[in-house]
Amino acid sequence: MVRHLGAALARVWTLEPGAAVLYDEPLKLNTLRSDLVFYPVPFDKIVAEVCKDAKLRRLVKNMIYDGVLSQLLGIELAEMERALRRQLGKKVKAMELNLAALHAGFAYAEKTFTKHDPYWVERMDKTAGMILVEGNAAAALGAMMAGVTVVAWYPITPSSSLPETLISYMKKYRVDKKTGKATFAIVQAEDEIASIGMVIGAAWAGARAMTSTSGPGISLMSEFAGLAYYAEVPAVVFDIQRVGPSTGLPTRTAQGDIVKAALLSHGDTKHILLIPASVEECYTMAMAAFDLAERFQTLVFVMSDLDLAMNTWMSTAFTYPEGSIDRGKVLDAATLKRIGEWGRYRDVDGDGIPYRTIPGDDMPSYFTRGSGHNDKGQYSERPDDYVNNMHRLARKFDTARRYVPGPEYLDTPGAQIGIIGYGTSHWAIEESRDQLERETGTKTAYLRLRAYPFTPDLAAFVERYSRVYVVEQNRDAQMLSLMRLELPPDLIGKLRSVLHFNGLPIDARSVTDEILIQEGKKERDAVRAPVSAALAAGGE
Amino acid sequence: MADRTNRLGLEITPYRGGKTTLCAGCGHNAISERIIDAFFDLGIDPRRVLKLSGIGCSSKSPAYFLGAAHGFNAVHGRMPSVGTGAMLANGKLLAIGVSGDGDTGAIGIGQFVHLMRRNVPLIYIIEDNGCYGLTKGQFSPTADIGSVLKNGVVNDLTPIDTCALAIQLGASFVARSFSGDKKQLLAILKASLSHRGTALIDVISPCVAFNDHEGSTKSYAYAKDHDEPVDEVSFVPFFEDISIDYDPGTTTEVKMPDGSRLYLKKVAEDYDPTDKLNAMRVIHETARRGEFATGVLYIEPDKADFLTLLNLVDEPLATLPLERVRPGREVLDEIMESLR
Repeated sequence: MVRHLGAALARVWTLEPGAAVLYDEPLKLNTLRSDLVFYPVPFDKIVAEVCKDAKLRRLVKNMIYDGVLSQLLGIELAEMERALRRQLGKKVKAMELNLAALHAGFAYAEKTFTKHDPYWVERMDKTAGMILVEGNAAAALGAMMAGVTVVAWYPITPSSSLPETLISYMKKYRVDKKTGKATFAIVQAEDEIASIGMVIGAAWAGARAMTSTSGPGISLMSEFAGLAYYAEVPAVVFDIQRVGPSTGLPTRTAQGDIVKAALLSHGDTKHILLIPASVEECYTMAMAAFDLAERFQTLVFVMSDLDLAMNTWMSTAFTYPEGSIDRGKVLDAATLKRIGEWGRYRDVDGDGIPYRTIPGDDMPSYFTRGSGHNDKGQYSERPDDYVNNMHRLARKFDTARRYVPGPEYLDTPGAQIGIIGYGTSHWAIEESRDQLERETGTKTAYLRLRAYPFTPDLAAFVERYSRVYVVEQNRDAQMLSLMRLELPPDLIGKLRSVLHFNGLPIDARSVTDEILIQEGKKERDAVRAPVSAALAAGGE
Repeated sequence: MADRTNRLGLEITPYRGGKTTLCAGCGHNAISERIIDAFFDLGIDPRRVLKLSGIGCSSKSPAYFLGAAHGFNAVHGRMPSVGTGAMLANGKLLAIGVSGDGDTGAIGIGQFVHLMRRNVPLIYIIEDNGCYGLTKGQFSPTADIGSVLKNGVVNDLTPIDTCALAIQLGASFVARSFSGDKKQLLAILKASLSHRGTALIDVISPCVAFNDHEGSTKSYAYAKDHDEPVDEVSFVPFFEDISIDYDPGTTTEVKMPDGSRLYLKKVAEDYDPTDKLNAMRVIHETARRGEFATGVLYIEPDKADFLTLLNLVDEPLATLPLERVRPGREVLDEIMESLR
């Protein structure tokens, strides 16, 4: 239900021909286009009849909308009442008022409209066995199953519901039955700097530790992120992306923190990113993040976004994790015997990953520092110590390419162009690929990235197609910028951008139109002008 | 000299650290010496100790004591959060953090405040010299009003009294001492090691390079003349026979959570370290006279620490086996059912 005129106008202009528009009569949306089906409803008039108290009218208007909609779509009124009762069953007065509004809407539609659109609802069993869950709840569940023990966080939209859901799960399922004591510590810190500080302290002392935040919090964590990279402390950071820069649009969605998170902190710093596209991946990647963090003794960022995190998505039920967890290279007596001399930052195995010890475990101690150090962890400003250490860290990052989740690859026979996407852009891209083929016969291949650093699949994909469109929900083509840092010039030359960054989740039409324009199959003006005009008219 | 051993049979070597790189005569070195003595005397296994610090001259010092302990030199002003996290992961360890007056009072004041509120078990030492030594002497928030930099700049701002602040925030052990007062500092450190909760010790520690001039209350000469002990501190560990003979009329005994005893001989009349209002009054009154009160200024031995409030299992969270931190299949089934 669109409440703002400008947004309503823009929405009408972007609808597919034949779509149905149910709107507040005074908006006169029916004057905008002739290829849509319009159902005007005088909400203010109807609500005044069913709700005597003027102050409450705003609250029940939406039930009139639901009443009209259920009549138009053929949803049985009894089902609507059942859903309403589940929400308000115990509140007698509210129930009465909302029921009256529902019926009024239904009756109005019955007496006023003749159905001209082809959309209806009917009973099916396609959702059998499926679950409904928000990305943040799915990630919280993954973190619990990963065995997280220390969580520090600071409230911020759209991240807060992740730790809050985690608290409710942990209180129920992670309290020792015999003693009533907790196998976890969750702390609401004084700010994001303290959150990441606690997480790093806990991880250093051997806990599986995490925090969850959004853009402004990521910015604040920058200095500590560099310490974790350089001192090699494993921890997980969930970044539930919202629109920046600065406070930006805090309740809108974006993929705007990709570059920031990948390179967070000063100096030469790089971090592992995991990018879920579905609630199921929020769950599985939460678990993978802890394993990767400990395997590589570094921060791992899970790059969710508001759309995924706070909206309810349908999914197949999550499966129980098989096997154990990977706690990485923690020195024990047997390993010490095998490797002889231990140094905290010695590359014993040639993969760049050193062995760590955990305070209190009776293995050798060391001094953890963000200042320059040699492979024994001792303070050093020697040029060769610095350079060797930085090369080893780069080698470790390269090793990570073999461990991070690889991309999902979908080819179509005869595809000329490729599309690369990641995170929640996936759903719009899937639909757009259908539109491209159906409307203009444009066949596409698709690579959905799931992690940074990139795996060799990326270069192979770009190699295979003549033009490759990188679809992102930010202004500056952030993922494409990261690709430019590694791909050879001839492959970079094939990359093009499809960008969507107005705060709303990316839609298939935007992807399709932009690709068609760049392919020379559509005029840019034909797409842009009406929407701009509509927004101008709406004054927003 | 025959090597002395403590009750663990350890010699002093594992309690020592690397060679100091601070200036000769720096008060911080004397503090490191007392830390070595206190841990050695009480027979605390250094491998069970976490040394933490922020950034600054003070924060370099953990490299100069308890070489066998794990150390973490964090970022500027953020040692409290790292220490909090480490103790959450393994509450069996003993944490000692060293900070400075800039690291605590300026960039780290936020984390200092919340550490005191939470009462995380951690000894927090401020090596307080009223200036930024590592960056060549700029004023810190504990610099005296009217003190003058070498280039003539005068400090016009009121100094922060970290002890008064800590008491107000709910800290459960607050002491002040002087780096040159070996006996008092050692006794306070030993007492802090038996405290369960945050123990704040502000140690006036003259900066011989930048803040040891006439007129500075953080200079050696000034501190020696104007240090007003509110009590004379003696500490008896729980494993030692109590043989100290105190005159009952002038001595307060404070029982520590582990059964050890802290004796405070009242130099000042009727000083009661459990009286919060009086502690605040004494701090402010001595400050008004241009003096600083030293000793254990305030103590609340029974206050619940943060780990107790979180009701954590007895074993360290860090080493809980997978079967205790990953709920069973039936839990996932139950949650999936609730989402259908």
